[in-house]
Order: sequence, then structure tokens, then C-alpha cells
Amino acid sequence: MRALFVRELRLASRVGGGALTGLLFYLAVVTVIPFGVGPDLKLLARIGPAVLWIGALLAGLLGLERLFQQDREDGSLALLLTGHHPLALVVMVKCLAHWVATGLPLIVAAPVFGLFMNMSAEGIGAVVLTLLAGTPAITFIGAVGAAVTVTLARGGLLIAILILPLIIPVLIFGVTAAYGAVEDPAPFLPPFLILCAITLFFAALGPLAAAFAIGQSAE
Amino acid sequence: MKLIVENLAIDRGERRIFSGVNLAIAAGQALVVTGANGAGKSTLLKAIAGFLRPAEGRIALEGAGEAELREHCHYLAHDNALKPSLSVGENLLFWQSYLGAGPYVETALQRIGLAHTIDLPAGFLSAGQKRRIAIARLLVSDRAVWLVDEPTAALDAASEKMFARLAMEHVAGGGILIAATHQELGLKDAIHLDMGAYTGGVSRTAEMQ
Repeated sequence: MRALFVRELRLASRVGGGALTGLLFYLAVVTVIPFGVGPDLKLLARIGPAVLWIGALLAGLLGLERLFQQDREDGSLALLLTGHHPLALVVMVKCLAHWVATGLPLIVAAPVFGLFMNMSAEGIGAVVLTLLAGTPAITFIGAVGAAVTVTLARGGLLIAILILPLIIPVLIFGVTAAYGAVEDPAPFLPPFLILCAITLFFAALGPLAAAFAIGQSAE
Repeated sequence: MKLIVENLAIDRGERRIFSGVNLAIAAGQALVVTGANGAGKSTLLKAIAGFLRPAEGRIALEGAGEAELREHCHYLAHDNALKPSLSVGENLLFWQSYLGAGPYVETALQRIGLAHTIDLPAGFLSAGQKRRIAIARLLVSDRAVWLVDEPTAALDAASEKMFARLAMEHVAGGGILIAATHQELGLKDAIHLDMGAYTGGVSRTAEMQ
């Protein structure tokens, strides 16, 4: 299983791997916002957490298509089925590697983008913390969408449409918790704990559902 | 160890691909599956590898312990399952650690005559070389049942002979080989199965008897 994790990280970091694609997209989304909104520093700080979250979510959706599709195209997916490990565990490891390769760079870059949005240090810290707790859920939910659409040639957009309803709660509680940390009457802990619960729930359910879908589509 | 296929029928969607296939292949035997395009050669291999659920009948590997049949199988499909951005060595090492232990990657590459490519990205190789690397994958993990689908596609005459030699060695060592092919593989004493006799939704084994 460690070999699979290392292989996924290598593939993501090599030429054409897509680890950078999400980060550059995130940069593009966040940098255009201040130009569009204008030089109202208060407003930028107000919408900052939401913009950072929406950007991370969209960038996270971008790479999901590759999660199983490439393995299917070159025949690796069939061979992964002949391994000694349960398929759900294989999916879990692929998800974790995908998150480390594509999700973690977004979180590392978020503080820099937070400066673009005139956010306070406290607000930036809250966004980083909520992204850290919430973005794995996007990968785990996305794995189900990627598995369902693995037989389709251009499933990327379909994945986004399929999983968006399930990702909306992640966005809501992520942004609510981030606001809760900076704005006084709003609470931080309750939405943050719900966010953690969502991530844990989909960490358990996502790989099982994705493995089932892949098993059905194996030809 | 014996691979048993009893009265196997496979459906793809609503269509029955073949039915009534019976096989018994003991350790040390090779089976060559022939038949026209669409006769179900690849489908039979996929069913044995466990990717397709039989509509009727059963497939079992007797005398091989508790593990599932698919965990005893090496599956070489039309695709080579190589990542172009990883080196040949990285590709093979991954499959070795994933599919199970076996001889050194260097040894396997020497046997297929591509030892010098170990540090090259797999994407740099020619179609025939990639096919040979895929064959090397069969060598780096010790698995009893080789399921190979057109193994010699894209190979030159010398490499075809090399594959035949490796396959005969595997069989002589107590392995099982099932090859679906149009080409003459040069396997001595192989059993032949013509899929043409089983297609069309009706089993013809009874008629032949």
C-alpha cells in the first residue's frame, strides 16, 4: 500500500501530473476577485474566507477526473483489482495520495492568497484550519463521482455536477466556522466540529462506494 | 493445483457472449484460446481474472489455498499498464510490491533483453519495447496463473520466440498459462480451445458429442 501511495505522489508531481494545475487555478480564481470587487478593503476582508473556500473547492474539483481515469486508460485499474488488498483500501490510499498531492498545496498557498483579500492573521489561520479539516471530504466525495464516471470519456464536468450537492454542506460549515473565528457573536466550534464529522463520515463511506462503482464498471 | 471452468456462460449487457465452456487445466499445462474477433476470447480471460461475474457456471482454482483466484492471476491485457512519466524500474518495482514478491526487477529485465532501459521513462520506449516491459511484469511477481491476451502484439519475431520461451519456462515450473491469440505462439503441447464453438448463445458441446 505504501508503494501505491508513493507511486501516486510521483505521478502527480511529474510532468503532466496535475499537482500544479489546481494550484494555478486557485491562484487565478483568488487574484481576479480583488480586481472585480474593487479597492474596498473592508469588503474584501469580509468575503475573504468565502473566496478562499470557493477557490479551494473549485480547484479541488479540477483534478478529480484523473483519480481513476488514467489508471483505467492504461490498463492499471484492472491490475489493481488483482491485488491482495480490498479495493476500498486501494481507493482510500489513492484518495489520501490525491489529497496530499493536490489538496495540501492549496492549503499551504491559502495564507498568501489571504493577504490578497486583506484578511487578518486570525482569519487566515481559521481558513487554513477549516480547509485542513474540510478538503479531504471533497476528495472522498469526489472519488465516488470519479468512480461512477470512470467509463466516460469526458467525465470531468459530470463529476462536478454529481458531487456538488454533497459538497455544499462542506462549504457551508467550512465558511461558517472560518467566520466564527473572526466575528464575535458567531460560534467557531460547533460548525467546525460538524465539518470534521462530515469529513470522517465520507472518509468511511466514500472509498466503499467508489470501490463498489469501480467493481461494477470493471470489464 | 487445477483451474476448473464448469459450464461457464458470460453476459455483457443483454447479450450472451458464450455459454457452456468447460475447462480443466492442471499445473504445468498451457491453453491457447482461438476464435474470430468477438468470439469471446478476451471475455473468457476477464471472467477467469474475476472482472466479470459468470451468468452461469463456476470458475475455481483447486489446491491453491484460501486466497481468491484473482490473487493468483497475472493479467496481461491489450494495455501495458505502464506509466509513461515513471521510469521502467519504477513501474516494475511498483507492480512487484503491489502484486507480490518475485525475482529482482533487474533479473526480469535481463531476461527480456531490456536491462539498459531501467532508468528510462517508460514513455520513451517503442510499442514493442513497452510490450516486453509488460511481459517483464509477469516475471517480477510469482503468480501461478498467467492470463495473456494477444501477448505478442507489436513484438518482432525474436521477441515472439523470447515470449514463447518464457511462457514454456513458466509452464514447466508448474504454472498455468492461458493465452488468447490469433498468432502462432509456438507453445509445445498446449491445449487448444476454439471459442467459435461456444458463441451464438447456444452451447454446441452437446451437439459435438
